[in-house]
Amino acid sequence: MGKIVVEVKGLIKDFPIADRLFRALKGITINIAEGEFMGIVGPSGSGKTTLLNIIGGLDSPTEGTVSVLGLSLIGKSNKELADLRKNGIGFIFQGYNLLPVYTVYENVEFPLLLLNVDSNKRDKMVREAIEWVDLSDKIKSKPAQLSGGESQRVAIARSIVKRPPLVIADELTANLDAKNSHRIMKILLGLNKEIGTTFIFATHDEKVMGYLSRIISIVDGKIESDKFFDRNELREKV
Amino acid sequence: MINFLLKGVLRDKIRSVLSLIVIFLGVMFSTIMVGFMAGIFNDFIRVNAILDAGHLKIMTRAYDELSDMAPNDLAIIGVDSIISDLEEKYPELYWTPRIKLGGLVDIPDENGETKNQSPAIGIGIDLLSPGSNQAELLGITKSLVRGRLPESFNEALLSEEFSQKLGVDPGDKITLLSSTMWGSFATYNFVLSGTLRFGIPAMDRSTLIVDIEGARLALDMDDASSEILGIFKDELYDEERSEEIKSDFLGRQEMSEFGLLMIALRDQNDIGLLMDRADIYIAFIIGIFVFLVVLVVWNFGLMNGLRRYGEIGIRLAMGETKGHVYRTLLIESSIIGVIGTVLGMMGGLSIVYYLQEVGIDYSDLLGEANMLISGVMRAQITPGTYYVGVVPGLFASLLGTALAGRGIYKRELSQLFKELET
Ligand SMILES: Nc1ncnc2c1ncn2[C@@H]1O[C@H](COP(=O)(O)OP(=O)(O)O)[C@@H](O)[C@H]1O
Ligand SMILES: [Mg+2]
Repeated sequence: MGKIVVEVKGLIKDFPIADRLFRALKGITINIAEGEFMGIVGPSGSGKTTLLNIIGGLDSPTEGTVSVLGLSLIGKSNKELADLRKNGIGFIFQGYNLLPVYTVYENVEFPLLLLNVDSNKRDKMVREAIEWVDLSDKIKSKPAQLSGGESQRVAIARSIVKRPPLVIADELTANLDAKNSHRIMKILLGLNKEIGTTFIFATHDEKVMGYLSRIISIVDGKIESDKFFDRNELREKV
Repeated sequence: MINFLLKGVLRDKIRSVLSLIVIFLGVMFSTIMVGFMAGIFNDFIRVNAILDAGHLKIMTRAYDELSDMAPNDLAIIGVDSIISDLEEKYPELYWTPRIKLGGLVDIPDENGETKNQSPAIGIGIDLLSPGSNQAELLGITKSLVRGRLPESFNEALLSEEFSQKLGVDPGDKITLLSSTMWGSFATYNFVLSGTLRFGIPAMDRSTLIVDIEGARLALDMDDASSEILGIFKDELYDEERSEEIKSDFLGRQEMSEFGLLMIALRDQNDIGLLMDRADIYIAFIIGIFVFLVVLVVWNFGLMNGLRRYGEIGIRLAMGETKGHVYRTLLIESSIIGVIGTVLGMMGGLSIVYYLQEVGIDYSDLLGEANMLISGVMRAQITPGTYYVGVVPGLFASLLGTALAGRGIYKRELSQLFKELET
């Protein structure tokens, strides 16, 4: 196993509901190594999104420790967490959340603008990312002109354009049909193979699970199982 | 990054065009409002000055004490030389004598017996001397109802209402019963040449206007006058200059009872108070406008914020800080604010300028012309009209956006993403 990218120990998350606390995560411990293509699966409400948000620095733990890309997230300021996201993490959501007034190209370009990448290099990186998701012919389109599958592919290009070591994808196929779901998973698996990005999915979609080489299932805020799968055959094909 | 924001602003019509229109209208209306109020107010000041107060007024000190009673025994003597002295020293003003004649107007029948009699408020105005522009300044021709202007000093004008009450027509004889400057009883016969409508009830009720020389003859006031009025030749009250002239003039007067006193328009009646109040009223109206524009822009910002929730969320996810997102929203709104303000000012100032130079003639609506209401809606470009638009334009749009943008800070980051899921 390679370098540890995500290290979660004894993670507990409580949400205040009315006058009491609701425990959404009840002591989670996970290590995720560099280059993994893994997923958190479980029924709706089991705590997948909560876990991913904490790993992504979008929410903070109640108890336990979390470190991501070598940085302990405990007690970090919003600015430090934003920097971690900016430099190290790509996000893909169920809703594609493309910026409607910008073209495909500009949407993909945005994370690089935040990183102040100079314009020549930026252009190269943007075109390459759009090529990965096979949308070079839609480079000037606006999000409204794209199908759901195409939109999610733009969102993928946007999340990986800066070549982050870690991509977090929450229910990314929930709005897609089978054909598009498979297409997207193949693209992501290809990227994982080609540039070694670590992927963490949260899903309850069987189609997605079929691509994962590790599945941690959580139920009711607790880890129920943690299994590894051999996907070499699939990896060969992409 | 700025480029990127600009592109967004320009392409998002709700963000650009609609916000721009809101700000444009707010700025334009504020500008017009101020110009319009200045126009009305200055018209009021102008009428007051020309009719009675002057921009500067000279009396004897004793006359001033009792000025309500028009005490002509305390009038200024040697008026001609005083006026030529004033004209030489302060040539930017017209200097003109006025006599106030209190008394009765008596209408004799063919036998010379009194047919009708009534108290009158008389004013002697320099209507006839060569070069005098008083008739024109006062708009007397325009407000004639019947007859014509006096052509000699023993002709007189009455307000139309007064002439009807007295039952006289142009050409009829009217007699003024008063007292001379020296205290003896005075009767003097005028011929009614015409009648006037002033447009204010107090003056329409009982006004008699005669030429200054007629008044002098009637009251035995050779080379004397109750007051001397100074009116700036451009008809605009220059407060600063009038204070200068006042202190310069006063510095050369003796302090005796018959020494001359000069007062400025501001010192008279409640005009000073009114001038100060006018500023407050204008500020108040602008305040209301600004408030409304802030509300509209704030709401716009909120709506925009809601609409752009996804955008804000994803930008935060990509590693922008809340502060950075907030600042970019402010930058966007300042860009729109500046453009809207500039356009709004241009629009507003052009309209004010048009109203100043041309005016909107509504005298047809008025039906009858009169002296004090010009019948032309006017506005005036004042320094205020130049900068007032900045307040609703820039200040309000920034404040509105700032208030709306606070939502970004209030909401938990994780909550934002919950909402992104669907
Ligand atoms: N901000 C919150 N406040 C209160 N309860 C929350 C909040 N976020 C999540 N929860 C609760 O925590 C549990 C796990 O939610 P979530 O992580 O979204 O589940 P999943 O993504 O697996 O569907 C749910 O019962 C949910 O209602
Ligand atoms: Mg979820």
